[in-house]
Amino acid sequence: MLQRTIPIAILCLSGAIMVGAYFISSAQSWGETVTTWFNILAAVAFVLGAGNLIAMNLEKISSQRPGWGYAAITLVSFAFMLVVGLLKLGAVPNDKHPDIHLAGSYDTPASPFGWMYEYVMSPLTATMFALLAFYVASAAFRAFRAKNTESILLLGTAFIVLLAQTAAGMFLTGWIPEDSAFAFLRLDKIKAGIIEHVQTAGMRAIMIGIALGIAAMSLRLILGIDRSYLSKN
Amino acid sequence: MTNPQHIGGIRGFFARLGGIDRRWIFLAMGLSIAIPILLKLRFPEYPGPMAKATFDAVEKVPEGSTVLLSFDYDPASAAELQPMASALVHHCASRKLKIVFMALWPLGKQQADRTIDTVLKPFHPEYREGIDYAQLGFQAGNEGVIKVMATNLPKQYPNDADGKAIGDIPLLKDTKDLGAFKLVASISAGYPGAKEWVQYGNGAMPDAFEVVSGSTGVQVGQLLPYYPKQMEGLLVAVKGAAEYEMLVEAKYPAADPEVIGQGRVRMGPQLVAHLLMIALIVLGNIAMIAGRPRGGAR
Repeated sequence: MLQRTIPIAILCLSGAIMVGAYFISSAQSWGETVTTWFNILAAVAFVLGAGNLIAMNLEKISSQRPGWGYAAITLVSFAFMLVVGLLKLGAVPNDKHPDIHLAGSYDTPASPFGWMYEYVMSPLTATMFALLAFYVASAAFRAFRAKNTESILLLGTAFIVLLAQTAAGMFLTGWIPEDSAFAFLRLDKIKAGIIEHVQTAGMRAIMIGIALGIAAMSLRLILGIDRSYLSKN
Repeated sequence: MTNPQHIGGIRGFFARLGGIDRRWIFLAMGLSIAIPILLKLRFPEYPGPMAKATFDAVEKVPEGSTVLLSFDYDPASAAELQPMASALVHHCASRKLKIVFMALWPLGKQQADRTIDTVLKPFHPEYREGIDYAQLGFQAGNEGVIKVMATNLPKQYPNDADGKAIGDIPLLKDTKDLGAFKLVASISAGYPGAKEWVQYGNGAMPDAFEVVSGSTGVQVGQLLPYYPKQMEGLLVAVKGAAEYEMLVEAKYPAADPEVIGQGRVRMGPQLVAHLLMIALIVLGNIAMIAGRPRGGAR
């Protein structure tokens, strides 16, 4: 009983305070307190996430599921970063303690944490993101086909944006004077028109829809109508 | 679909092209990026209205005012966003603005540190930590961080990133809320980022400060509805960075143009890669048409 009542009560109270704090200036400090609690909970979520990561990967290793080696690498890397981060190990000798190894600042690229960030994590994440270019190129070749009117429109838009987003746009149409009657044919102008009048209009419609959905969902949660976030047990 | 092996001549060649091993495409993309990087190809860029608006927004801030730079990205997006972050820091420092760094992303603090080490310290050695700039670091809470900062900044950031009490930092000791800043700039790769700064920062105190943003290309659609009224300037992807760099470099030449020129360096590979993408799409469509049976249904 309490497992359901207390979370609902906390949510109703927090939601009501946040709504009230927006409209009543004297209740602003209450809203601030609730938001601070939210931020504390968000920080605790990192610990929860770390615990979940350890549990899932340990389970994968113990059951020797396919790819368990990657799980082992994940856990070792995680443990190493956690240790050097929490212990704040520094590599550069400290001026005050020149005889003590690892007594220097932990917040430099020369420290173990900084080194791992600078030379392992940073290139690895950048590499993962860079791989996108290769898969997008392959997908564009195989799937971007002018099969009907909609896909032709999409293709035309893609060509204009791809060209206008580089110096090629100016090279091809930059010679048309900006103040001439044909200025609308410049690729940069066409791209600006697509962005301002088509993309932004579509985006506004989506955002208004999302905002209305969030407002409705929030009201359902605050009033206790929607309880799907609670455990079924 | 007709078997491409049974079609002869040029039509057959193009039809068979549709089944090309994708590793050739990967190789072509790799070369189209590597060659311009190795040859240091650079092409002229022409600043667009968004880059000009961002430049003007920084120029408008009175000398000696404090600006807040939020590094809301991580190394995965650094290739796209770091050039504009470097140019922005150089621009602010050249204008003699006090800079407060912070991050809504866990690894944003490290990106800000990198910018301080590669731009602020070498090009503006007169900037002293705690007096001319401060590093608040990362705080968990996404938009919640902005909400608390809007009403009570010391409550959200009682210490800077090094654990020094905010009251002991000359630059921040009198800072009560976001109203202390004349400009908030978010270099943003997604959530939480520029959108949240407009909604919860600018939304809470619309007349106190201006918001400008640098954004990844994929995210810009979400930010366009806010420009130019709620977001005074918007830098879009590497092109936005290159255009902004040109404006900054023209007025405030950096000691090392290679550092405040990475956006323009990256536009070379982007141009060749974009042309390759167009060529691949055209070839893919030719292959599709060539592979269709003559006079048959699609």
